[in-house]
Order: sequence, then C-alpha cells, then structure tokens
Amino acid sequence: MKAIFHYVNDIIKGLSTLVSGMAVTGHYFFRPKLITTQQYPENRSTLKMKERFRGEVIMPHDTNNHHRCTGCGICEMNCPNGSIEIITKMIETPEGKKKKVIDKHIYHLGMCTLCNLCIKACPTGAIVMGQNFEHAVWDRSKLTKVLNQPGSEIMTEVKE
Amino acid sequence: MTTTTLDFDTIKTQEYLVNMGPQHPSTHGVLRLVLKLEGEIVHNVDPVVGYIHSGIEKMCESLTYPQIPHLTDRMDYLSAHMNNEAVALCVENALQIEVPDRVKVIRTIMDELQRLASHQLWWCVMGMDMGALTTFFYGLRDRELILDIFEETCGARLTLNYSTPGGVMFDIHPNFQKRVKDFVKYFRAKLPEYNQLLSGNVIFRERTIGIGYLSKEDAIAWGVTGPSGRASGFACDVRKHHPYSAYDRVSFNEILRTEGDTYARYQARVDEMAESLDIIEQLIDNIPQGDHQVKMKGVIKLPEGEYYQRVETARGELGVFIVSDGKKNPYRVKFRSPGFSNLAALNHMSKGAKIADLVAIMSTLDLVIPDIDR
Repeated sequence: MKAIFHYVNDIIKGLSTLVSGMAVTGHYFFRPKLITTQQYPENRSTLKMKERFRGEVIMPHDTNNHHRCTGCGICEMNCPNGSIEIITKMIETPEGKKKKVIDKHIYHLGMCTLCNLCIKACPTGAIVMGQNFEHAVWDRSKLTKVLNQPGSEIMTEVKE
Repeated sequence: MTTTTLDFDTIKTQEYLVNMGPQHPSTHGVLRLVLKLEGEIVHNVDPVVGYIHSGIEKMCESLTYPQIPHLTDRMDYLSAHMNNEAVALCVENALQIEVPDRVKVIRTIMDELQRLASHQLWWCVMGMDMGALTTFFYGLRDRELILDIFEETCGARLTLNYSTPGGVMFDIHPNFQKRVKDFVKYFRAKLPEYNQLLSGNVIFRERTIGIGYLSKEDAIAWGVTGPSGRASGFACDVRKHHPYSAYDRVSFNEILRTEGDTYARYQARVDEMAESLDIIEQLIDNIPQGDHQVKMKGVIKLPEGEYYQRVETARGELGVFIVSDGKKNPYRVKFRSPGFSNLAALNHMSKGAKIADLVAIMSTLDLVIPDIDR
C-alpha cells in the first residue's frame, strides 16, 4: 500500500515540476512583447552598432581627400599578426625638401583579429575602427584593402 | 527437440570501442572521446585532445607583452576577460607596477559579468544536453544583455582584449554603470526562472542526482578546480584564498557543496551566479576616480626570471607562467588551463555510468575545447 502511495505521489510531484516549468514558457508565449530577438537582416536600415564596436580598421578622409597618416609604421609594428603593411615613398616638397609620405596603407582584413592595438598606438589618430561588420565576400583577395584613397594627401596640420 | 537453458550470469557482451566526437554536438567542440563500452555501460573514457590545437603558447614567444592578451581571448573564449587579466596581472607583478584602484574595480566588475555570461551559456547548453531545448533560448536572452554591455565598453562581444598590461583598453562608457545596474536588477528577477525551468524538473533531477560522483580527495588529486571542484567540497576559489584585483574588498560566499555529483556541480554554478550579482552590486556604485591606464614604456621588457599568476575563470583556476630572459618577447609561456585538468577526471567520474550519463557529467564539467588544446 505504501509503495503504491509513493508511486502515485512521485508521479504527481513530477507532473507538478513539469507544470511549473511550463508556466514559465507559457508566460512568455502569451506576452510576445517580452521577446528580445532582433529581426536581422530585416532591421538592417535601423541597426546601429555601438560607437566603440570594432568592425574593421578604416582611415577617415575629409572632403578634400586628406587623411592624417604620416606613414610612420607604428601600427605595423604593433600589429600582432601582420595585418598591416605600410609602403612609403619619397616626394619632393615645393620648397625642394625630400619628404617621406605614405604610398599605400595595406590592410589584410582576413588576418586581422580586431584587437585595437594599432588604433591605440597610432600617434596621429589616422586610423579608427569602423562599425561595418558584414565582411563576407566571395573572393579572398577582396579582403586585402588599401586604406588611403587614391590621390589622397596628408592634412597640413598633422605634425610628424 | 531440446530446450537450452540460458545461464545469464555467464553471458557477457563483448567490450567494444566507440568514438564519441570529434564532431558530436554534446562534446561542445572538437573533443574526441574513445569509449570502451559493454552494452551501454561505460568502462573507460579516453579523451583524445588536440583537434583544435592552435599553438597559442608557442605563438606567444614571438609576441610582445601587450600583444599576448589578444591571443588568450581565443583560448577560453567564454572567459576572455579573465584570461586577459591573468596575463596583464602577471606582467604587472613582474614589473612591480601598482595599477590604479579604478582599474582594479573595473576589472573585477568585468570579471563577474564575464562569469555570469559564461555560466548562463553553460546553463543553456546543460539543458540542451539533457534534451531541454527551451533553456537555450532563456539563457541566451539574458546573456545578450551582458554582451551589449561589453560591446559598449570594450568594443567587442566575445574576444574583448580589454585588460592590457598596465590597465584597461578604454575607460568605461558613460552608460556603463546604469546598464550594469539595470542588468543586475533584471537578472535577480530572472534567476528564479532558471530554477523553475530546469533545477526542479523531475526528469532533470532523475538524470543528475547521484550521477558522476567525485569525492573531495579525488577532486584534489585530479586537480579539478572551479565550481566542479567546489561541488565536491574542495575549497579552491582563487578569488577567496589568493585575492587579486578588487576581490579583497568585497564580501562573498565561496559556494561549497559536499555531494560531489552532477546535480551538485549544477547547483554550485547556479548559486555562483547569485554571488556574482552580489559582487557587482557592491562595486558598481563606488568605482573610484582615476586613470584607466598606467603610463607604460613603449617597449615592455620583463626582468629576467619566472613569473606566475593565477586567476579564477568561470571554469576554474587559470595559471599563467612566463619565463623571461629580459627581452621584449617572453622566453616561454605556459597556461595552466582549468579545462584540461577537469577533463582528466572525466574517466574517473564516468566509470560504470551509462552513455547518456556521460553526456550529463561532461556537461557539468563545462568544457571549452580551445581552452583544453590551447
């Protein structure tokens, strides 16, 4: 008799725990407003990443196609996995002096771990982190980018 | 026609070997277990590691000290901040740098947020291993809020690279305190839901209570640390016994249980979530003013010698051992990862259990495979 009592008791207790679990799920089932899922990619137009979000390294240019990079190579030195290559060239200034300027700031997005060390090290603030995170491409070679735009020059106020 | 009587005592199933993994969903990654089975009874578990070996220790030898933390993100990706902090603390101790109070408090808060995020993910996956898919959605829903906090302050969600030698990468975001307070309030209300959904569930209890027993002596002998060790009564909380950062100024309980079974390990982690909330609450209102970074030399060179630092990650004790020969790169770096030691005890715990129990036991060890292979 006792065994039957325990058996029935166990079943009732077990069912009650199941019901208490179902109460939680049922609570949310009838309150769809509490669901926090983001409807990506439908919300792409309104989706805004946080300002510090590290998506990729970019070099901002102003309207006159000027950037702040001096080509010092500190970012290249600080990069842990060789994602940055700096190619410089010598030009002659109007005063007749020879000056080293940046030719190409090559950035391999495919190798980058987005660790932020280059941006932290940059003495002139020439490179920053961009918010774009949709990096998928069909061809791997598209992940190698030249950050300075063609024909761009260094801003005059940037001291070397 | 003759009838043969079967003597059930002499009939034995042949022992056979089965590979579980490396592509098995409940091995949580590319872990391969070679099981020696008799019927459904597990006689021996032989973990084969190395499928995701990434050579992080070796790579560290060619990196400078500020560059090392970003690799440790990828070791135990669910405790990324603790891993960063371990390296940062080790370098700071070697250089005998005292970081500002602000850095210590920020690091401690981040540690606890990371621990919560890790335990939440563990809780989802634990439920999923047991066949309860619902828990996965509930755990990830709450974890998302922590990841948002990380994204706002650290700039990344998983691979934070936030603690650097000498401080933290950025100062905290102006919204940080408000968001963390909101989260603590929110999650305090949600934590009972976790117990209601899974802890009390009859199927879950039947499958975990009394399974995978690990005694205190065995936990110490196998070096099982973290919540898994504490569930067996092994007082091994590094935060309590060897405080670092701001852990010496907060009061919290070290969750100790004596049962040592799968359910105790489960309960230890759930209880730890409440303790983490307590620690955050104590610190969040009084973050001291000050710098977020000590001025460091351009090239950091550690004095010649050997340095060791341990921290408590979400999985157990992480040790960082750096041998320096005075150059800008370390001579040798060794990580004592909690996952590797915890995995070692798996064979001991699961002898005589069923295959389904093995999944439950493995789940409560909270294994992260890159942490094991490094």
